[in-house]
Amino acid sequence: MTYAMSVQNLFVSYHGNEALRNINFNIEKGNLVGIIGPNGAGKSTLLKSLLELIPKDQGTVVVFGKSINEMRKKIAYVPQRSDMDWTFPISVIDTVLLGTYPSLGVFRRPKKKHREWSYHCLEKVGMEKFSQRQIGELSGGQQQRVFLARALAQKADLFCLDEPFVGIDITSEETIVRILKELRDEGKSVFVVHHDLSKANTYFDELILLNKELIDVGPVSEVFRPEIMMKAYESQLTFMKQNEVTV
Amino acid sequence: MEFIHALLEYTFLQKALLTSVMVGIICGVIGCFIILRGMALMGDAISHAVLPGVAISYMLGINFFFGAVLTGVLTAVGIGYVSQNSRIKNDAAIGIIFTAFFAIGIILISLVKSSTDLYHILFGNVLAVRTSDMWITLVIGIIILAAVYFFYKELLVSSFDPTMSAAYGLPNRLIHYFLMTLLTMVTVASLQTVGVILVVAMLITPAATAYLLTNRLSVMIFMSAAFGAISAIFGLFLSLIYNVASGAAIVLVSAFLFTLAFLFSPKQGVLFRTIRARKVKSALRDKSYS
Ligand SMILES: Nc1ncnc2c1ncn2[C@@H]1O[C@H](COP(=O)(O)OP(=O)(O)OP(=O)(O)O)[C@@H](O)[C@H]1O
Ligand SMILES: [Mg+2]
Repeated sequence: MTYAMSVQNLFVSYHGNEALRNINFNIEKGNLVGIIGPNGAGKSTLLKSLLELIPKDQGTVVVFGKSINEMRKKIAYVPQRSDMDWTFPISVIDTVLLGTYPSLGVFRRPKKKHREWSYHCLEKVGMEKFSQRQIGELSGGQQQRVFLARALAQKADLFCLDEPFVGIDITSEETIVRILKELRDEGKSVFVVHHDLSKANTYFDELILLNKELIDVGPVSEVFRPEIMMKAYESQLTFMKQNEVTV
Repeated sequence: MEFIHALLEYTFLQKALLTSVMVGIICGVIGCFIILRGMALMGDAISHAVLPGVAISYMLGINFFFGAVLTGVLTAVGIGYVSQNSRIKNDAAIGIIFTAFFAIGIILISLVKSSTDLYHILFGNVLAVRTSDMWITLVIGIIILAAVYFFYKELLVSSFDPTMSAAYGLPNRLIHYFLMTLLTMVTVASLQTVGVILVVAMLITPAATAYLLTNRLSVMIFMSAAFGAISAIFGLFLSLIYNVASGAAIVLVSAFLFTLAFLFSPKQGVLFRTIRARKVKSALRDKSYS
């Protein structure tokens, strides 16, 4: 059995400060996976180190039975919205077109068929009316949908999204969730860093619960239980309690 | 009119014009990537850091191009190394390293050359462009334009979304140093036209002007190149008529173009923004009274 993602003994630190300690998990193909945990738990760090965007201290990551470097072009990454430069002179359609770059290689340029495909992906997320807008001239939810369209344009097998639902409208959120579920039903694997616990049980099939260490991993029905969630959010809860006492 | 006559008559003027226009174009093109990547300071640094390279080339009796490219690239690497391996932030690292290189350059030049030479390197002396310099500028220009043409996709995606480009396997760091090398070459080509001190203006101002006028990178590059060329032509013209330093005149023309765009750009300009804001406000007022 080849897993979509298999992680062993993963350790990551920033300048000597440990961010992730001994992470181990296997996730099967065709799952919609939520990576959840409190602020600073290392969710973004996990996603980035899985894709080897930041160096890891130790550990192995295997994707569909291969190394990341062999699979890169088949992995779509949607960054946290706060990481983007929204004043960049690029239109919505050209942003989506970037999704076709990995398959093009260095010297080939996108052709008409790539543009048509990008437009089609834009239609899937309901953003075709905005194709000529500069990306900064959109709402947060619309921006997120455009980046999802870019990921779709890449025809990836593995999708990684960092906090796609932060600060966006409910329509956009529903559209994105619907598309992610469609991708899952087509057999793609989707990893989503997620903050809001209230929807975690309806959105995801599997959960990776994180707080520097792996607290738990497994089907939502097993992980999404108060006594387990407590373990990850404990420090925040005690912090809140202490604050209540002092206030 | 006289300018055109003079242009037809004197080959040194033709060389000056051709060189300046080429410099205007390539500064405009590379400048787009410099400002979009937030590297304006880096442009300033590299342009100063070529000075010791020029001096060393002079000592060795080789064309200044080679030494300048060497110290320019060394500076870029040094800045990257210091900011990645200490808590010193990038802008501070830039400040430390380029001033050190610049200081070495000043000392070396004052050792081997007269102060007029130093003056010309710092502020440009376009009328002294030799045929060989013109050819070097043209060759550099062609290399730059070809590089941007062939690697347009990679430059675009790594400037806009470096995380995505890294995720799909582009070597971001290599692209950075590649761009730094192009930047150094542009600076070297600009030495005689605008001089070390003002190169940064030619890198930033035309690109920033174009940035105010368009929302597409490809259009921005063409506009920026055009603004660079226009500044070069008019600047040279003004410098001849009023007998002022060519570099300063060229930079002032480009600053003038920027001011126009800043005030009158249809989308980003101060004027139309104010008008639009007024309209919205008065429409609101009309509504609430009716
Ligand atoms: N570039 C960095 N340099 C140094 N430390 C970092 C860096 N990025 C993250 N960290 C630290 O690593 C830890 C994990 O950060 P990370 O961004 O992965 O958390 P997160 O779970 O994504 O948080 P959030 O929910 O706020 O996005 C935090 O303690 C953070 O301070
Ligand atoms: Mg995060």
